[in-house]
Amino acid sequence: MTKQRANWSPYDNNGGSCVAIAGADYCVIAADTRMSTGYNILSREYSKITKLADKCLMASSGFQADVKALQKHLAARHLIYQHQHNKQMSCPAMGQLLSNTLYYKRFFPYYSFNVLGGLDSEGKGCVYTYDAVGSYERVGYSSQGSGSTLIMPFLDNQLKSPSPLLLPAQDAVTPLSETEAVDLVKTVFASATERDIYTGDKLEIVVVNAEGIRREYMDLRKD
Amino acid sequence: MMKLDFGGLESASQFHGVDSELVDGLSSAPSFEIPNTTNFDGFQKEAIQMVKPAKGTTTLAFIFKEGVMVAADSRASMGGYISSQSVKKIIEINPYMLGTMAGGAADCQFWHRNLGIKCRLHELANKRRISVTGASKLLANILYSYRGMGLSVGTMIAGWDETGPGLYYVDSEGGRLKGNRFSVGSGSPYAYGVLDSGYRYDMSVEEAAELARRAIYHATFRDGASGGVASVYHVGPNGWKKLSGDDVGELYYKYNPVTPSTVEQEMAEAAGP
Repeated sequence: MTKQRANWSPYDNNGGSCVAIAGADYCVIAADTRMSTGYNILSREYSKITKLADKCLMASSGFQADVKALQKHLAARHLIYQHQHNKQMSCPAMGQLLSNTLYYKRFFPYYSFNVLGGLDSEGKGCVYTYDAVGSYERVGYSSQGSGSTLIMPFLDNQLKSPSPLLLPAQDAVTPLSETEAVDLVKTVFASATERDIYTGDKLEIVVVNAEGIRREYMDLRKD
Repeated sequence: MMKLDFGGLESASQFHGVDSELVDGLSSAPSFEIPNTTNFDGFQKEAIQMVKPAKGTTTLAFIFKEGVMVAADSRASMGGYISSQSVKKIIEINPYMLGTMAGGAADCQFWHRNLGIKCRLHELANKRRISVTGASKLLANILYSYRGMGLSVGTMIAGWDETGPGLYYVDSEGGRLKGNRFSVGSGSPYAYGVLDSGYRYDMSVEEAAELARRAIYHATFRDGASGGVASVYHVGPNGWKKLSGDDVGELYYKYNPVTPSTVEQEMAEAAGP
């Protein structure tokens, strides 16, 4: 007799893609706003980007219920940190907190593919990319989600930054200007929308720089 | 045992009448043995998983006269997709101890960080540094307690303590081995080939670094799951020091320089005005 398998899965994949690019003094975080389940679209206006700290945002794709739970958990931890240390959490600190939070559910993971973007304590752009169980590294750019296999090769081609492992060390941030990076993100999502059914509807772009946080929207194909 | 019937293909009845198991196999029609299971499809999937190369990576470490040499590639793969070419697989536990990463990236990162914390607590509690033996035992005991729960860790702990250079291999099955030369990961057979043939105890630091670099390079050349940047670290009496980080694509051209052939030159001249 074959082993009985559960008919119900605690997970679902709501699709979507996220991208983050680090610049010399800015960071661009972008995600589409389509939320789907199977072949159905649940919403065309669902934001995948959340602000965790003053200069630190997170974009997550995957199972949005787990993403929402994760965002709430991190927001609560950040509030405690602010009470205890009387300051905002820096992006690298939030990066490690997210990694540990994900790993504590190593045996029942958050189905959430995250990209953290913001400014580090020196004001330089920083992007951290994660897998579902918390392994992370600081990179110059990254994409996650259903369209990431389409987006990443294009970003590698346009932005290929020297690996931070090289010796003598070379800077990982992209030489692009802020407007060039935003244009690149728009191009990248327009292309991903063409070939990924889960990506589309609208693109939300958030730019973090010394002046603060700026939000922009662009329409994508709705089919 | 169930057999598919290929009776129509060919017959080999020369051994007519002789009765033995060996002959049975020859005389009957060619056939594939099928496993005696109800879920044939599932069984196939499991069988493939068993022989699938695990721990797509190449890491190595060896002890020699001047200390310990540690090297690794930097590729992370998710199935057939390269998720990153810049993963730090050599983890700096503390200024005199290194750990290598093979297997689950999150598992290795988290438990090595945890080990670093435990080592620091040991220093504060005992007013002296922890030995490599002690650190590797701490990690091995933790991994043993999670045995069977799906952690995937194949790591080497390399360091320099009061007894000199130390190297241990620790894995998520609970194994812990002391040794002089280890390589872990899907690219390890290739790395062992280069490492074992070129190894001498009394090498200089530069020679040992070049041997380690070449071993990683050759593994990345032949193993699809290894690639990126070959990092080489040396652990000496004063702690570890990163010696080099070279892109393996560029190492290829360094080891196999391209010389323009005369034919190309002639064609270039002919194309001129």
